[in-house]
Amino acid sequence: MKRNPHRTQNIAFFFLLVAMLLIVVPVSLIVVIIIQKGLPAINWQFLSDVPRQGMRAGGIFPAIVGTIYLVTGAIIFALPIGLLAAIYLSEYSKDNPLNRIIKLAIVNLAGVPSVVYGLFGLALFVVFFKFGASILSGSLTLGIMILPIIITTSREALESVPQSFREVSLSLGASKWQTIRHIVLPNAIPGILTGTILGLGRAAGETAPILFTVAAFYLPQLPKSIFDQAMALPYHLYVISTQVPNVDEKIRYGTAFVLLALVLFMNLVAIIIRYKFRKKKKW
Amino acid sequence: MVKFEINDLNIWFDSTQALKDVSMQILPNEVLSVIGPSNSGKTTFLRMLNRMNDLNPNFRMSGNVMFEKEDIMKIDVELLRRKIGMVFALPLPLPLSIFDNVAYGVRMHGLTDKTRMAEKVREALRQGYLWDEVKDRLTESAFKLSGGQQQRLCIARTLAVEPEVILFDEPCSGLDPISTAKVEDAMVKLKEKYTIILVTNNVKQAARVGDRTAFFLNGELVELDKTDKIFTAPRDKRTDGYIRGKFG
Ligand SMILES: Nc1ncnc2c1ncn2[C@@H]1O[C@H](COP(=O)(O)OP(=O)(O)O)[C@@H](O)[C@H]1O
Ligand SMILES: [Mg+2]
Repeated sequence: MKRNPHRTQNIAFFFLLVAMLLIVVPVSLIVVIIIQKGLPAINWQFLSDVPRQGMRAGGIFPAIVGTIYLVTGAIIFALPIGLLAAIYLSEYSKDNPLNRIIKLAIVNLAGVPSVVYGLFGLALFVVFFKFGASILSGSLTLGIMILPIIITTSREALESVPQSFREVSLSLGASKWQTIRHIVLPNAIPGILTGTILGLGRAAGETAPILFTVAAFYLPQLPKSIFDQAMALPYHLYVISTQVPNVDEKIRYGTAFVLLALVLFMNLVAIIIRYKFRKKKKW
Repeated sequence: MVKFEINDLNIWFDSTQALKDVSMQILPNEVLSVIGPSNSGKTTFLRMLNRMNDLNPNFRMSGNVMFEKEDIMKIDVELLRRKIGMVFALPLPLPLSIFDNVAYGVRMHGLTDKTRMAEKVREALRQGYLWDEVKDRLTESAFKLSGGQQQRLCIARTLAVEPEVILFDEPCSGLDPISTAKVEDAMVKLKEKYTIILVTNNVKQAARVGDRTAFFLNGELVELDKTDKIFTAPRDKRTDGYIRGKFG
């Protein structure tokens, strides 16, 4: 029997479509359900008030603030270190087996379960450095968790800048650092930003790393310093969903909605920045 | 005084030998054409002179290259590259505006004065025979220029740094005949002020532009002589064969 190329193509197309739907449908369902059940809970009081009546009423303001603090702290720590490490790995380290292993190890660190980072943060920051359960410990733990993402995406962004640009710059008598600073980095910024914001989204959404290092079960006032504990959205969601009985479904989905909106908003910013830069990209 | 003196130069990349026992001199203000089939080591030779081969981690060499009586491996590499400019085979504008492309080298060397910078850019673009075509669009991206214009932009960018020597690596290989003619015009004018080393796959171009011509084959310098001598009465029959093949 002769193969019918048209039929083969249709079969392939069918499977591709199914695979695509398998991804898109559940994700859209989750988003739709959260919006449907969570949106009615959203009002000014919910966003600006502290939790009341054992978290069965009131708002989630301290959790929002806590998450923003934690994410900001994580990025202040992880972006400079991650970027410098990426520059070192892509521009300065020689291509030898040791460095290849290091790069591979960093890629794989991104896949380590977040609870492991949580335990690591507990041992190192909370106990060993005696920062206690605090915003500082939590931010550092989240920072370490997202370092591999930032390093790997930044390194890929740096390496995707054509070698010929570097050669031109060097051939004009620019130093290696000038070449990195004026040619390589500016052209890698979109990729670096994307990696950073992906990391931010991950840091905002994870529960396990903050569980032992910062998260407060119930703390109606705002933190006053980086050595205070804080509430955070993912942990708060976990608490009101599993630890506190009889919380209204509206409040739980409302919290999930805020968390989702925050993460999606950050991703949207990443997309816009990337789009802007791509339009400016000249090669 | 000679500009370059090259003594028993051997170059390897990993285990492939790209240059074998090359010794020669390059004189100030001459145009030296370098011809030879591909993979004969022309680019390797050229990139030796401004130490671009250093960027390749597998690069090894023996022998030495003296630039104005100083070993180039002992000269500060950034200073060396300021004095020895390079134009690559493909037009390679940086992802910057036309103006910033030309200004780039000078800026990296510390010039900040805006008026002087504008003068330098204008002067370099004039020398590259590009000023009239771009003077009204200096802020546009360099990628908007045609291939030939881009290559002249690259020449202007090299000139702006005010080098003593300019290395051209098959600068017209990607260009149409009209653009080639314009780039050649620019090169011929440059003879007066600079020492020029022109690697070319175009034997006629070598004959038109070069004072002397060097013929490379399989990493060896087969023959180096006055251009008309090379093209009328070469000493080596391999040179003769190559030139006949190319012209015939
Ligand atoms: N970066 C490199 N890595 C390995 N081998 C190289 C490299 N550059 C050149 N070579 C080798 O050196 C020889 C000369 O190459 P090249 O100088 O580019 O010749 P040409 O410019 O005359 O075509 C060739 O055999 C080539 O394969
Ligand atoms: Mg070549």
